[in-house]
Amino acid sequence: MTPTGASPIAVSALDARSITRWTLASRIAVAVALPLVVAIAFGPAYLSANVIDKLTTLFIYILLAVTWNALAGYGGLISIGQQGFFGLGAYATVRLADAGLTPYPALFVGAGLIALFAYLISFPMLRLRNGELGIGLWVLAELMHLIVNLDSLVQGETGTSLIALNAFSIEARRAYTYWAALGAVAGLIILLFILLRGPVGTAIQAIRDNEEAAASVGVRVKSTRRLIFVVASLGAALAGALWLASATTFQPKAYFGVQWTAYMIFMVLVGGLGTFEGAIVGAVIFFLIEAWFGAFGVWYLIGLGTTALVFALFVPKGLWGLISSKFDLQLLPLGYRVALPSLGRSNR
Amino acid sequence: MADTLMELGARPATGALLQAAGLSKRFGGLQVLSDVEFSLRPGEAVGIVGPNGAGKTTFLSVLVGAHAPSTGSIRFAGEDITALPAPERCRRGLVRTHQIPRPFSGMTIFENVLTAAANGGGLNGAAAGERALAALEASGMLSLSNRKAETLGLLDRKRLELARALATGPSVLLLDEIGGGLTDAEADELVAIIRRVRSRGVAIIWIEHIVHVLLQVAERLICMDGGRIIADGAPEAVMRHPAVIKAYLGGGVQ
Repeated sequence: MTPTGASPIAVSALDARSITRWTLASRIAVAVALPLVVAIAFGPAYLSANVIDKLTTLFIYILLAVTWNALAGYGGLISIGQQGFFGLGAYATVRLADAGLTPYPALFVGAGLIALFAYLISFPMLRLRNGELGIGLWVLAELMHLIVNLDSLVQGETGTSLIALNAFSIEARRAYTYWAALGAVAGLIILLFILLRGPVGTAIQAIRDNEEAAASVGVRVKSTRRLIFVVASLGAALAGALWLASATTFQPKAYFGVQWTAYMIFMVLVGGLGTFEGAIVGAVIFFLIEAWFGAFGVWYLIGLGTTALVFALFVPKGLWGLISSKFDLQLLPLGYRVALPSLGRSNR
Repeated sequence: MADTLMELGARPATGALLQAAGLSKRFGGLQVLSDVEFSLRPGEAVGIVGPNGAGKTTFLSVLVGAHAPSTGSIRFAGEDITALPAPERCRRGLVRTHQIPRPFSGMTIFENVLTAAANGGGLNGAAAGERALAALEASGMLSLSNRKAETLGLLDRKRLELARALATGPSVLLLDEIGGGLTDAEADELVAIIRRVRSRGVAIIWIEHIVHVLLQVAERLICMDGGRIIADGAPEAVMRHPAVIKAYLGGGVQ
């Protein structure tokens, strides 16, 4: 309990090297992940068309899960309106392609424009707190849905399609969409990993845990929240644009539906709210459940709901939270550990 | 120990470091502070006493920017900081602890303190880590570094408040009943830590009900009642002041 006074041990504790971040398991995980991503990138060369389509869907789910987790799990900003940015990402792509931009760059430019929109709208929206914010963003999404419906290009709920994609052969289209999704999800994961591992990560978690205390130790609450909100909205917009590229049709109702946020919540809750790896695990689980049970219609939805309920009640830390605390395992560590000569290694 | 505290020390300064003029705060129809005049020299240690509801915590909150004053102005290190938000005041060297500890419960003790060093302290990378370790050691919490903050008991929560505040590298440390609810032995330990901080030139404003604990550190005492400063000066004189005796024993002032 008491410090060891002026002994040499206490002085050596001040050596910055005694703060560790990577563990053996996490080094192995990254060493395995990098070649794996490279192998996945060459997928179109050796995987069937069906598998490529399925993986594209999985990438989009992971994108949605990691960005919602950053927002809610790390930032404490529970949004139930991310479908608004999802829909706008797709809509911006339709508009840009109609204006003559090549579809694939249009996905990214469109998502970037929606991130800019998210930045501007964050000034009024982030004044809202907790439940107000969640509902407020949902209302905003509904509003965006209605406004997009007014665009004559979209033709109301009839919708339109990304006609410009016809310039590509089906095979090329499939491969490009796959690579765009892989690039987007890898890019967002790396961006979030760097952000959340750095000063922004501790700052945003401090705000989540106690906003006033965070401000009292010098954390700039508003700008930190805004940053996380914009990155999360960029992720949702990219996912919407990519969904459009793989589905080709744009019907507003299918994009601005609240089910998208329900999926995000499901993935993050089951995987582990506020754990970086958990969101990815949750997306994979959701993807598998959908692949195996999606054909069961209503029963599939009932199953999803029940699973979410069981996890919320009995596994509140999610699957990854359970695994990481049981085996003391962290593959993508964001936190810090202080290793002191005077401490046991397993001191937690 | 002494060496590790060095970098937690104050910036050199002359004249009044912190000054409040005509400070008032009203919450709706409730006047909580009325026309408070206050000034603090660099390195000074001031104790604040007063009955419950006297406005002590509100005064502290207004000084650090958690609440905006209704009227009046605050100057710190020669700058008008009245309109400055709390994080910016902290970055300039004005930091508080909370009466009811407010740990970042989802983070480890080290991460709690690191957040303070990296934000309020304006440090990055290894420098922030070293500052955090120094603050943890100064508060006697180093061995708990890897524990989740939600697992702490009351004394350790209070010490965490102190460690976080120290990690920002303050020139004024504002303590809000940090000794409340502790045993005598625990309070003594805390006093020893605060005295060491003070000996490094950090000015201290300390709200505390337990006067004998307070007087081990404070050289000047302020008594507040009904949102006003009713006595300010040497501790013995303030404790004998008729208004102070009336506030504590007579009651009914508000």
